[in-house]
Amino acid sequence: MLMVPSESLRDAYGEELKALGAKYRNLVVLDADLSSSTKTSIFGKAYPDRFFNMGIAEQSMVATAAGLSLSGKKVFASTFAVFLMRTYEQMRQSVCYNNLDVNFVVTHSGITVGEDGATHQIVEDVGIMTGLPNMKVTVPVDSIETRSVIDFLAEKGRGPNFVRLSREKFPVLNDKGYEFKQGKSHTFKDGDDVTIIGMGVMVSFALEAAEQLKNKGIDARVINMSSIKPIDRQAIVKAAKETGHIVTVEEHSIYNGLGSRVAEVTSEEYHVPVWRLGMKDTFGKSGKGWELFDYFHMGVDDIVKLTEGCFREEPRYENFP
Amino acid sequence: MEQYKEADLKNIATSIRRKIIEMVYSAKSGHPGGSLSIADILAVLYFKELNIDPLDPSNPDRDRLVLSKGHASPGLYAALSIRGFFPESLLTGFRKLNSKLEGHVHRGVPGVEASTGSLGQGLGIGVGMALAGKLDSKNYHVFVIVGDGEMEEGSIWEALMAGAKYKLNNLIVILDKNGVQLDGFTKDIMPIGSVRDMVSSFGWDVIEIDGHNFEEIISAVKKAKKSKDKPTFIIANTIKGKGVSYMENNPKYHGSPPASQEEYEQALREIGGDE
Repeated sequence: MLMVPSESLRDAYGEELKALGAKYRNLVVLDADLSSSTKTSIFGKAYPDRFFNMGIAEQSMVATAAGLSLSGKKVFASTFAVFLMRTYEQMRQSVCYNNLDVNFVVTHSGITVGEDGATHQIVEDVGIMTGLPNMKVTVPVDSIETRSVIDFLAEKGRGPNFVRLSREKFPVLNDKGYEFKQGKSHTFKDGDDVTIIGMGVMVSFALEAAEQLKNKGIDARVINMSSIKPIDRQAIVKAAKETGHIVTVEEHSIYNGLGSRVAEVTSEEYHVPVWRLGMKDTFGKSGKGWELFDYFHMGVDDIVKLTEGCFREEPRYENFP
Repeated sequence: MEQYKEADLKNIATSIRRKIIEMVYSAKSGHPGGSLSIADILAVLYFKELNIDPLDPSNPDRDRLVLSKGHASPGLYAALSIRGFFPESLLTGFRKLNSKLEGHVHRGVPGVEASTGSLGQGLGIGVGMALAGKLDSKNYHVFVIVGDGEMEEGSIWEALMAGAKYKLNNLIVILDKNGVQLDGFTKDIMPIGSVRDMVSSFGWDVIEIDGHNFEEIISAVKKAKKSKDKPTFIIANTIKGKGVSYMENNPKYHGSPPASQEEYEQALREIGGDE
């Protein structure tokens, strides 16, 4: 692990909501019986009249969010990532088609859910959300970026937004003054030989991998692509031109996630090899969150190996369905 | 709004029905059956009970209507145009390219509060609008029209729970109970028992009326508006395809226009009114 402290993204979310509740009287928050886990309960305790616990009824939560937004409210709605997906159609018809200012902030995404196992570890959500017209998708890398994203959405966010948070605490990579800009990436480490573009906690793995690669004489650039849609095309093309090789790393399926988005850009604008690291058409499983990265060949060593292979332009023998 | 007498409402409902037939026949597609069944309800709401102003469609104090059964768009578009939200001439664009009149209810059309079309979502939207009205201490009412086939959607029951929990006495649902859905009769496709008993047990006030009787529609709505701490669910017993003999109670005309020029002319003749 990197020698930096870790902090909870969902705590940061709940605390930031509470702070924003004082500033925006029209801010309302909805949850579906998971508020003590998503941390919207922090807002709920401070502003009980503007907090609606809709019960274990996610479809109702999303449609109600639409109605509140149609009546001028700034809406945040939360549950676990996997359970929001059952409301895909409510999100599509009632929120995205009406192009409403509704912010879906989900927690417990990906394999870092850990012990609860495959049923709760969604690795398809970013792809599902990216496909929705009007929907914007953000995956904060740490607690500092989480706060900045929530501030941005409350102040300037327009239309539907999806923000993907985690159960586990993640290493704090950003400096305190960091400011999120929708559609912009952030380069944590410069490098000329190969670029590792990461999403979420895997950016911290990529930084560790970059240290090891340095010892092998490979100078890797590391980019945090928290804004998945809109995506930072400019940074991707620049990385393609300057480093010639791109590796993507994500706590998500390699289908329809970060890697796919990056490959869309390179295939249209500047051809370079894009090697994707992530979940390969599979469900997760029970175990400690951090153990699972090694189990699914998504750990630091796996990033080092893949990046070295990409840089040296070795043949890649893995087969994906 | 009180200037509209029952005789006027009857003429308005007739105009709505004529326009429904004209729109679906011109579009060669659309849903006449469930539009005709709510024509009388739409006439009462848009010309008597809704506090709305076509010249000020986004007034924060206005009443809201969400047509959850969004396939009945011809009925809603007709009512809105007659009420003056947009020129009646635009109705000919229904379901055609370069027209705002999307096949299913679309918010781009003046007077429409929410895009709908996938069943089971409008009631939840209405819950949100009613909650916002409470938060803002507004006196407006939110009306939601749902279909009886739509009651098969689980999300309807989720929203019913929420309406009762938050004591949304500013929320009024009207069920267009016409007994027919796309594939046949609701009692055959999915018998769900007594909606009256079920909704009542969910904590709502329930009123049952003849959905083609203006007096009953008006008095039910007036009673619902006076509710102290419960949302109201009005079961309006209606006839699918009401006003056109060959469409009445015929599942075929849930989603099909008149099949020929003869059928088209017969429909208009039976509906009556001015050309």
